[in-house]
Amino acid sequence: MNSNEHIVLPEGSIEKQTNTLNLGPTHPATHGVFQNILELDGERILKATSTVGYIHRAFEKLAERRPLNQITPITDRLNYCSSPLNNMGWHLTCEKLLGVQIPKRVDYLRVIIMELSRISDHLICNSIVGVDSGAYTGFLYVMQYRELIYEIYEEVCGSRLTTNIGRIGGFERNFTNTALEKIERFIKEYPRVLKEFENLFTRNRIFMERTIGCGPISAERALNYGFTGPNLRAAGVDYDVRVHTPYSSYQDFDFTIPVGKTGDCYDRFLVRNEEMWQSLSILEQAWQKLQEFKGTDADVYHADAPAYYLPEKKDVYTKMEALIYHFKIVMGETEIPAGEVYNSIEAANGELGFYLISDGGRTPYRLHFRRPCFIYYQAYPELIQGGMLSDAIITMSSLNLIAGELDA
Amino acid sequence: MALDNNIIKQKLTEKFGDALTNWQEPFGMLTLTAPAELNLKVLQFLYDDEELRFRFLTDLQAVHYPDNKGQELAVVYHLHNLVDNIRLRFKVFTSIEKPDVFSATALYQSANFMERETYDFFGVNFVGHPNLIRILNVDEMDYFPLRKEFPLEDQTRIDKDDEMFGR
Repeated sequence: MNSNEHIVLPEGSIEKQTNTLNLGPTHPATHGVFQNILELDGERILKATSTVGYIHRAFEKLAERRPLNQITPITDRLNYCSSPLNNMGWHLTCEKLLGVQIPKRVDYLRVIIMELSRISDHLICNSIVGVDSGAYTGFLYVMQYRELIYEIYEEVCGSRLTTNIGRIGGFERNFTNTALEKIERFIKEYPRVLKEFENLFTRNRIFMERTIGCGPISAERALNYGFTGPNLRAAGVDYDVRVHTPYSSYQDFDFTIPVGKTGDCYDRFLVRNEEMWQSLSILEQAWQKLQEFKGTDADVYHADAPAYYLPEKKDVYTKMEALIYHFKIVMGETEIPAGEVYNSIEAANGELGFYLISDGGRTPYRLHFRRPCFIYYQAYPELIQGGMLSDAIITMSSLNLIAGELDA
Repeated sequence: MALDNNIIKQKLTEKFGDALTNWQEPFGMLTLTAPAELNLKVLQFLYDDEELRFRFLTDLQAVHYPDNKGQELAVVYHLHNLVDNIRLRFKVFTSIEKPDVFSATALYQSANFMERETYDFFGVNFVGHPNLIRILNVDEMDYFPLRKEFPLEDQTRIDKDDEMFGR
C-alpha cells in the first residue's frame, strides 16, 4: 500500500501535476533518431508514446525496381552496425529462390564474416550500455577490435560500414592473405580483450545495481511482442534461427544458445556477452575447417551460377558467354524465376526475414523485410513504464535499437 | 508424432472445410488462403489448438495485385510454431474499395506496429486495431505508396535540375 494514500491533496496541487518530456528525436543519449513522448511524475515515467519513421527510406518500394544484385546495398542500410549479416541474409534468400548450390568453403567463409559482424554488433551494443550507465572505458577499449573487424571487411570487400559484401553465389574475390592474417590475429587476440571487457562490467557492483531489474520482460510477453534474438533469449526462450533452421552450414558447428531469466538489461548484457564467446568459438571452428581445404579446393570462393554471379573481368574480355552474362547482370536483364520465398537468418538483433515474391520479371514483385527492431520496439513503452527516466535510456540501448532497421 | 504440413492441412480442413483454399507448399512452407472475414477465426484456431500451437507471429504484410479484380490486396501472415519449429503462411484477400480485415492485435501484441505499417503502405483497414494511424510516413499523406498504381520516379526524366547528384 502506498504510504501517502491518506494524504488528501487539494485541487490543483502541484503534487498532482505531471510533466511531458520529449525524449528525442535527436538526443545524444538515444543513439539514433527515436522520439518518445514521456509523461513524467518527477523522474518516474507514467506513460510513453513512441514515434517512428524519421529515417524511413521506402526500401520496399525501391526494391521493386531493382534487379536482385542491386538490392544488396539497400540491405546494408537496415542494421548498419552489422551490414554483412543483412547482405548474407539477402544472398541466401536469393539463392533459395534461384536454387543455387553453395560450396562448403563459401559457407564457411560466410560464417566467418557473419560471426565477425555479430561480434562487432554485440560489442557496440554492450559497450553502449556501459556508456549509458556511466562506464566509458569499455567502449573506448573495444573500439580497437571493432576497427580490426572493419579492416577485415575492408580487405574482403573494400568498404567498412555499408559493406555490400559478397555476391549471390559467394564472394566477389577470394579472401586475400592479409584478410586471412587479420582474421587469425583477431581469433588470437580477441579472447583476452573480451575477458577484460567482461571484467569491467559483469561483476561490477555499480553496473549490476544499475541494470538488474531495469526494463524486464517475461518470456510470455516477449513472445507475444514478437521478440527475437538476444532480447528474447534474455527472457528465457532458446530460439535461435541458426539452430532451428540451419543455413549456411551452421549445422556443422558446435555451439550453445545462452539464455537469461528475467529479460532485464543485465540479462540482455550477459546474453550478448556470452554470444560473443560462442561466436568466437564458431569463428575458431570455421577457421579450422577452412584449413582443411587444400589445393584447388582452397580457391573456391563462389558457386557455379553463371546467370547470377558476375564473371571475372578477364573472362568478360575473352569469352563469349562471360560477356553475355556480364551484360545481362549489369543491365539487370536476368529474369528471376517466379515464386514466393520467406527466408530468415539470425541477425544480431534477431530474426531478419526476407519475404520475396517474384512474378518472373527482372525485379521482385514485392519484397518485405522482417526487421526485428521494428517489431520489438513496440514493447518499449511497456518496458519503461513505471521506471525512472535514466532507466529508459539504458533500456533503449540494451535493446539495441538501430534506427536504420526500425524505419527501413 | 511430429507435426508436419499434412497434419496441419488435415486439422484445418476438418475445422473449416472448403473455406480454406489455394493450398501450396512453396519451398516447404505450407501456404493457404482464407476468406477475409474468417481470418481471425483461423488465427485463433491455429493459436489455441493444442497440437498446432502457432503462437508466434513472425511477420505480417500486404501485397497488391491490381489485376486481381475484387481481391486486389492480400494480407500475408507468417506464423511460427516454436515448439515443433514449423512455419505457416496464411493469406487473406480483400478488395481495394473496402479493404476491411479484422485486426490480430488481441491475439498478438506484435501485430500492432505491423498492422499499422500495412495500413500505412497499402491502406488495409484493420477493424478493431487500437490505434490505426500512419507509422513510417507523414501523417498528412493521402495515398498508400506501396500500391502498384503509385509509380516510382521516372528514371529518364530530364526536367529535374539536380546538380548535386548529377542526373
